[in-house]
Amino acid sequence: MRKQGLQIAGFAAVVAAIQLMAHVTGNPYHLTQLTMSAYYSLVVLGLCILTGYAGQISIGHAGFFAIGGYLSALLTTYNLSAHGGPIVSVLAAMGILTRRPDLYGGELLTVHPWPACIFAVLTAVAIAYAIGGPVLKLKGHYLAMATLGFGIIVYRIVLGTELVGSADGIYDVPAFPLLPGIAVSGKSSLRVMNYYVAWGFVILGMVFLLNLVRSRVGRALASIHGAEDAAEAMGIPTARYKLKIFVVSAAFAAVAGVLLTHYNGGIGPSESSVMKSVRYLAIVAIGGMANLWGTLLMSLLLNYLSLRGYFGTYDDAVFGVILILIMLFAPGGLLRRDLLEEVKGVFRGNGEKAS
Amino acid sequence: MNIELFLQYVVAGITYGTIYGIVAIGFNIIYNTTGIINFAQGEFVMLGGMAAVTFSRFLPLPAAILVAVLVTTAIGALIEILFIRWLHRPSVLRMIVITIGLSILIREVALHIWGESVRALPYFTGTSVTSFRLGGVYISPQVLWVVGISTVVVASLGGFFRYTLLGMQMRACAANRDAARLCGISAKNMVTFSFMLSAAIGALGGCIVSPITYVQYDSGVPLAIKGFTVAILGGLGNSLASAGAGMLLGILEAFSISLLPAAYKDAISVAILLVILFARPSGLFGSTEVTRLKEF
Repeated sequence: MRKQGLQIAGFAAVVAAIQLMAHVTGNPYHLTQLTMSAYYSLVVLGLCILTGYAGQISIGHAGFFAIGGYLSALLTTYNLSAHGGPIVSVLAAMGILTRRPDLYGGELLTVHPWPACIFAVLTAVAIAYAIGGPVLKLKGHYLAMATLGFGIIVYRIVLGTELVGSADGIYDVPAFPLLPGIAVSGKSSLRVMNYYVAWGFVILGMVFLLNLVRSRVGRALASIHGAEDAAEAMGIPTARYKLKIFVVSAAFAAVAGVLLTHYNGGIGPSESSVMKSVRYLAIVAIGGMANLWGTLLMSLLLNYLSLRGYFGTYDDAVFGVILILIMLFAPGGLLRRDLLEEVKGVFRGNGEKAS
Repeated sequence: MNIELFLQYVVAGITYGTIYGIVAIGFNIIYNTTGIINFAQGEFVMLGGMAAVTFSRFLPLPAAILVAVLVTTAIGALIEILFIRWLHRPSVLRMIVITIGLSILIREVALHIWGESVRALPYFTGTSVTSFRLGGVYISPQVLWVVGISTVVVASLGGFFRYTLLGMQMRACAANRDAARLCGISAKNMVTFSFMLSAAIGALGGCIVSPITYVQYDSGVPLAIKGFTVAILGGLGNSLASAGAGMLLGILEAFSISLLPAAYKDAISVAILLVILFARPSGLFGSTEVTRLKEF
């Protein structure tokens, strides 16, 4: 436990050091991409626990991200004042509506970000719960195709629905007041605060997942990954554990979707595209599959490079190449947990693989 | 809905269904010899269509199609040799991820070669407005080309697997890889052949439908997912059944447009895929007992 606390503290120090470095070198705008990387990292960490630890592939996580982001964006931008009617009055009486001025001096009556966020995440969780049962019965190709299919359905619906802006997506999404004085918003004056808020979320998520992995659940997941039938024979309710972890990882994606949408002030259909899901998977693979820290560091690095445009027009190709190379030459992932031991072994003079 | 409109939808469904069947056959050929699903299958169709359009600028149409098919076949062989041949008993998860990576790579290369523009081959006979009436239904001659060539492909594929030595060797590998190797068949070469065959069929399919459906760098993914739906619907590994299942999906899709916005067309066929996967993963014509023994 102490080691874990040190790791978390070390990571927090790195986060702070990066901010200081950006401040000192006079590049504060880099923090914007780093903040976005943080939210993408939440999705990737959720996927890491599902694919890396429990061994269940998902090529549809962008779908959960989009469900969270789109629902929250829709509820906080859809103007109810013209509608009236009993439902609006009931919502108003519950105190979950809020008024804010729009760009043209008029007034918008929308759902407050907090209830919108809760509704969006709960919906994503409910959907994960509903489809998780039948999807997780599948294995291998079928599981991959089913999750890919889920992602495509979300993408197509988002792209084809007028209400959520079709190809334009939803914009003018308001800031998300988390606590008095703290808001998730893309305003440049709030940049540093948002950087810490975002990475704060990541650290919270990390603590939760690290503890989950070390718990009874984590050991059950590892046994499912190793040999599902054997785990079942040992009396582990594999189906229930797989569903639980699927829902947890979908919730991570949905929360990230909500927060990033409020941070960016909008969301577009590309957030739900297959390529995004593949990208999350690529980061988990390069991060070492069952390695939360490796995945987090790779996510920070690759998302940042990608968002800053270092890959140019080869952005998607880079992630494709990463996937192929990792799977060809290091199918256990690049930053495997036992890699350090192996390197130590080499220096100790015994060339045997320590696994 | 009157009977003529009904038949018109059926014709549209058959046209699209044929191409889904072709993609599904490509999946099946590789699945049978290797036990893997090649997620880059749709990219072969796209490559065939795009390459044929390019070659048709300085070659007569039949020659352009032939060259496009040969080039795609060579790419199929290259992919197998570079990325798959030397792997030792790869896990299913590993193969899924590698073929997904390949599909992205092919798509990105296509994007850099051809850009984002939408292309199409000219109609093989007549133009886009040429049509003839059959029992109150307007049919484009291209539909006949699509259905005709696909029928020839399916029939000759059946003949190839049944009567030629190479075909029988491939079937032997599919039935029992180790036993086939004991008989002196190079299992590795058979896998390469299966990639070439599947790339060639995909490319030919891409050529014949491109006048109707158009092609662009990213048209592979929806085709792959629908081809997979069809392959599952017909029972994975069963090529003849996938041809029939292709028609079924094509017709269902054509009718779905009359009920729901066209933008949801792809979502519907994917939803059908999910329903089949959940309810009857052995397919409509497959046996549940056999499926349970297969490793996915």
